[in-house]
Amino acid sequence: MSARKSVRQQLRLLPVVPSVLLLLFFLAAPVLWSFHASFTNAALTGRNARNPAWTGVDNYARLLTDSAFPASVVLTVVFVVASAILGQNLLGLLIAGLMTRARKPVSAVVGTAVVAAWVLPEIVAAFAAYAYFSKDGTLNQLLAGAGWAGADWLYAFPMVAVVLANIWRGTAFSMLVYRAALADVPQDIAEAALMDGASGGQRLVFITLPLIRSSIATNLMLVTLQTLAVFTLIWVMTTGGPSNASTTLPVLAYQEAFKFGDIGYGTAIASVLIVLGLVFGIAYVRLLKGDNR
Amino acid sequence: MTTAQQAARRTANGRVPSKERRQASAPADAALLLIGACFLLPLLWLVFASLDTNAGYQTQLPATASLTNFAAVLTPELLLRPLWNSLLLSGGTATVTLAAAVLAAYPLSRFQSRFNKPFLYSILCGTCLPITAIMVPVYGLFVQLRLLDSMPSTVLFMAATALPMAIWMTKNFMDTVPVSLEEAAWMDGASGLTALRSVVLPLMRQGLGVVFIFVFIQTWGNFFVPFILLLSPSKQPASVSIFSFFGQHGAIAYGQLAAFSILYSVPVLFLYVLVARGAGGSFAVSGALKG
Repeated sequence: MSARKSVRQQLRLLPVVPSVLLLLFFLAAPVLWSFHASFTNAALTGRNARNPAWTGVDNYARLLTDSAFPASVVLTVVFVVASAILGQNLLGLLIAGLMTRARKPVSAVVGTAVVAAWVLPEIVAAFAAYAYFSKDGTLNQLLAGAGWAGADWLYAFPMVAVVLANIWRGTAFSMLVYRAALADVPQDIAEAALMDGASGGQRLVFITLPLIRSSIATNLMLVTLQTLAVFTLIWVMTTGGPSNASTTLPVLAYQEAFKFGDIGYGTAIASVLIVLGLVFGIAYVRLLKGDNR
Repeated sequence: MTTAQQAARRTANGRVPSKERRQASAPADAALLLIGACFLLPLLWLVFASLDTNAGYQTQLPATASLTNFAAVLTPELLLRPLWNSLLLSGGTATVTLAAAVLAAYPLSRFQSRFNKPFLYSILCGTCLPITAIMVPVYGLFVQLRLLDSMPSTVLFMAATALPMAIWMTKNFMDTVPVSLEEAAWMDGASGLTALRSVVLPLMRQGLGVVFIFVFIQTWGNFFVPFILLLSPSKQPASVSIFSFFGQHGAIAYGQLAAFSILYSVPVLFLYVLVARGAGGSFAVSGALKG
């Protein structure tokens, strides 16, 4: 009886099978294949493409001696911290906070402007950012109008340009998260504190931020992951240059694998990124689980 | 009015008086408008250049506004086929994703099982995979299996990348449909899947629309995946053709690039507005956060 019941319960899970197959074949398999290939000298073309040889940890050893890798780790950290954790996150919180005080039509218009940069296809946003920061672009025109000499941003300060571009592109997500979070903060708590004479800063630090703590944590996690994976924006704006000055890990993995045809080495870099993503992913899941308790 | 009176009034109606609110809102309005202007500035070039036949990377009001650039890119070769490919990719991906997500979400939402939680949390982990990182291994896999340059395989891969989020969103929407309605159908002898089709899905039409459009927008804007997996120009979607056409064939026609960008962006802007109206603006976030 109980055996038949458990069989029936198993059968109920049948509709999950297509999803499981898709996920196993197209996500889990590539991840496993990546770890495997990173221990070989697999190449895009030639003899090593057909019969890659097992090379052990050679690719990982090379990562440590190749100066481009540590440099791109540093650039990736700079990119994520500056554009996601500081830029998108704080600016998103600021905009959401201002929206609670501003008049409705103003919030609506500005919200649309912020979201527009986010909804546009990424390649279009990348072209727009490229035009904005280019030598004759809008930014330098504005600076010239204010009497300042601009710079050739994409060559002289490529990281500044891509960081600002990513803040522009991604802040909408944080803004939406924080708007939802702030809307859930009970009005009367803030007003009670107001009557007790708490200043705006005090109310923010002691009341609002603790109340939206879990949204802050979730948002930090998600914007970090999204920014870790950014490729198109950097690729269109600087192609990782000049001379690797804006080559983050995804760009480096792409270059090694597809430009230089070294799949083994490219997958070693990709594997590092995947592990980073999984670490964040597990932390994210633990965070959500802790929340439900 | 004294401060005491103001405080009294506040307690009386439980809200800060509207006049005071309006005064407080002036600096907030100004700050917001400034930020909004900064966000619009990079888009100005796109609009102006699209109307300017002599456009460069300078932002300038066109001497004579014309739709020449739009007319120039409106050819089957340049615009229509890439857009058609985008439509096939996005429509296909959204359809496959939604079908798989609905099927998977049903047992997860309706039946208790030891398997539910581990499954849901491990696919949530899957949403955290940096897709740009797995493109190198995916390319390798596609080469081995001779799946490269195939639209259906690209659709299936993109569906897989969208699935984790789609399953979460669909399950959350499905959880809001009361089980009691299906129980009636089960009593009448309907199987689980019949009840799903005839009772549950019609009640969550709007949620399904949100998931579909969400996946559609994501796929429509995706550059990197088709850039790696689709090789022949005749199969490339607009995101890739725009890059290869304007990037590689000598002098860039800036005005046409801008016009193409706008025509390519319009469908997703339209879809976003459609969903934002119905779902209160933060649709993309709802699936991600309400774990």
